[in-house]
Amino acid sequence: MTVLVSAQPRAWLDGVNPVTKLVLALLLSVPLFASIDVVSGLVAIALQLLCLPLTGLRLSTLARRILPLAVFAPLAGLSMLLYAEPAGHVYWSFGFATISDDSISLAIAVSLRVIALGLPTILLFGGTDPTELADALAQVAKLPSRFVLGILAGTRMLGLFLDDWRTMGLARRARGVGDTGAIRRFFSMAFVLLVFAVRRGTKLALAMEARGFGSDIPRTWARTSRLHGRDAVALLGGGTIMALALAAAVWAGTFRFVWS
Amino acid sequence: MSAAFPARVQATGWGWRYAGRKRPATSDVSFTIEPGERVLLLGASGAGKSTLLAGLAGVLGDADEGERTGSLLVDGAAPESQRGRTGLVMQDPESGIVLSKVGDDVAFGCENLGVPASEIPSRVAQAMDAVGLDVPLQRPTKALSGGQKQRLVLAGVLAMQPGLLLLDEPTANLDPDGVAEVRASVERAVDATGATLVVVEHRTAVWEDLMTRVIVLAADGGLLADGPPSRVFAEHGRTLADAGVWVPGLDIDLPHLPAASSDAARVLAASGLAIARDPRAIVQSGLDVHVPRGSATVVTGPNGVGKSTLALTLAGLIPEHTGVIESAEALRGKRGLRPIQWTSRELLTRIGTVFQEPEHQFLTQTLRDELAVGPKALGWTASRTAAVVDALLERLHLAHLALANPFTLSGGQKRRLSVATVLAASPAVIVLDEPTFGQDRRGWIELVALLQEEIATGTSVIAVTHDEGVVQHLGGHRIALAAQVVHA
Repeated sequence: MTVLVSAQPRAWLDGVNPVTKLVLALLLSVPLFASIDVVSGLVAIALQLLCLPLTGLRLSTLARRILPLAVFAPLAGLSMLLYAEPAGHVYWSFGFATISDDSISLAIAVSLRVIALGLPTILLFGGTDPTELADALAQVAKLPSRFVLGILAGTRMLGLFLDDWRTMGLARRARGVGDTGAIRRFFSMAFVLLVFAVRRGTKLALAMEARGFGSDIPRTWARTSRLHGRDAVALLGGGTIMALALAAAVWAGTFRFVWS
Repeated sequence: MSAAFPARVQATGWGWRYAGRKRPATSDVSFTIEPGERVLLLGASGAGKSTLLAGLAGVLGDADEGERTGSLLVDGAAPESQRGRTGLVMQDPESGIVLSKVGDDVAFGCENLGVPASEIPSRVAQAMDAVGLDVPLQRPTKALSGGQKQRLVLAGVLAMQPGLLLLDEPTANLDPDGVAEVRASVERAVDATGATLVVVEHRTAVWEDLMTRVIVLAADGGLLADGPPSRVFAEHGRTLADAGVWVPGLDIDLPHLPAASSDAARVLAASGLAIARDPRAIVQSGLDVHVPRGSATVVTGPNGVGKSTLALTLAGLIPEHTGVIESAEALRGKRGLRPIQWTSRELLTRIGTVFQEPEHQFLTQTLRDELAVGPKALGWTASRTAAVVDALLERLHLAHLALANPFTLSGGQKRRLSVATVLAASPAVIVLDEPTFGQDRRGWIELVALLQEEIATGTSVIAVTHDEGVVQHLGGHRIALAAQVVHA
């Protein structure tokens, strides 16, 4: 199966099965819920960033994708800063809002957590091809092919809807209703988009059926998706990152179990 | 390419009524198509051509979706049981493509039919070769032109090695280059495989010499004609033309308007104009364009050259990237002469735009409300609005549909309605993007006649078109765009 495989230079992570990446994403996030502290978050972020060369993503790409996260993280921290249970020195207080030693460190820890939880997704799926993911979900994770391929085919339509939306905006200006009533305009456009979606979906289903989709014949896969040794290595690496991050927190004495 | 043997088709008193409809879409159709025949399937719109093709492809569905009468057999068996024996290509290439990469999409049908994975690459290569599509297998399908997309769909069908190839208006949505590409690909494919071919198409001139037989469905069931192309066109040419078929050699009975004189007054003009939908991707720069008053301006040029972008920019909908479009003094708005700075309401009486896809501009639930949108925005009285709406419904033969939902109209009716909504506000300039796309002969004549009437009353008409017939009949001024390499 060489004809249908990409010829572009591939990063190490591209050789890891997309299903493994899904598992890795869980592996790199769930343990972090155990503790809210600065050290484990920082170590996890640092170790994950060290893996950047494996992903083939450029630093500039990473910076661009992490930007929304970097904006959101302090917002999540802000509520901790103001409303966490006060302890230690109290710096400022207004009604229920209190800034104390404890709330400051908690705010920083939560902000870091948000980044540490979001980073793996960016690193793991930044270069993943949807078709490859669908192949893996159907062949490795054994999800029903009708379901997986249906969604895959549907995602191709998203770009068309974007064009529709832009054109409809222009058309509303052309028809003299573009000056006011932005909210009503939004809903009327959303409704038309829905009509388009149903119609396109029906046509797509017909086209797929006409090409033998959904018949009783067992399907073959032109692109085989299976697990290799590299998948084990990747999982081991992910596990190690988490173990180091939590161990560092315990060693530094900052480990703070969520429910304590 | 190696192929399965060509299929034989037999219809005996066949008919189909969609669930929820009173009248059958087709009824009482009987014919036999021998293996390797090449059949052009014609009929008025609504005669059930597409339904017959869907029936042959085995995708009409079961008793929940409709009721069948008589029998329709491919190689002596029901089409539903023959997946892969038939391949269907539909009008809109966007809805025929399933996956996002060229190679994956061609392989899709083979995978569904359980073709061994080791055999698929060679089938994909053969199919791509058969349609003459020479692009990398990793190429995103959205990066293809219209003609390439339709050839990709054809390749995906050919890779299944069908004995019966069904094409439903495969070139209706394509520009002339795309039409020629697809026609050549189909010919190459059927020559190589010998597959039986059934094509539904209004534009008969494109397919006439490839076909060995023409079958015409009658509007009220049964067949109107069946025989060699030359005989059917000679005997039934007039009837077919009235039903909307482009009968070869039958001229259009409309005048050719004269060219605009070079010193005619200008309603819009710009120099040093650069245009772009996305400011990072300029499609044309350094343009000096003008629109003469009271005649047509046709914008022509190959696909992707920026014709629509130019039209929408002239229409005051997309800002100029560089340069300024200025209108004649008579059209001055509160904020000056630049259309993009006019309010949406000011635009109504100055420049009206008919979009390529009529549905993009529909806003209401009935034709009557739809036509009243512009007048209402202008604050006209109820009686004045009603008078304008009634007159337009009459003039465009839509009066009997006044309370219908615009989305339920036929293609030709939708197009006429979208033009009518613009005419309601009597703008000084009308901009149309591919007004004749996908129109049958009847719809085409009605539309061009309408534009000629508007020009006669002093309206300036800007039309983006691939259609030489439109260019000839509208006359006026021509802006021919050529491909540019532009760096932002």
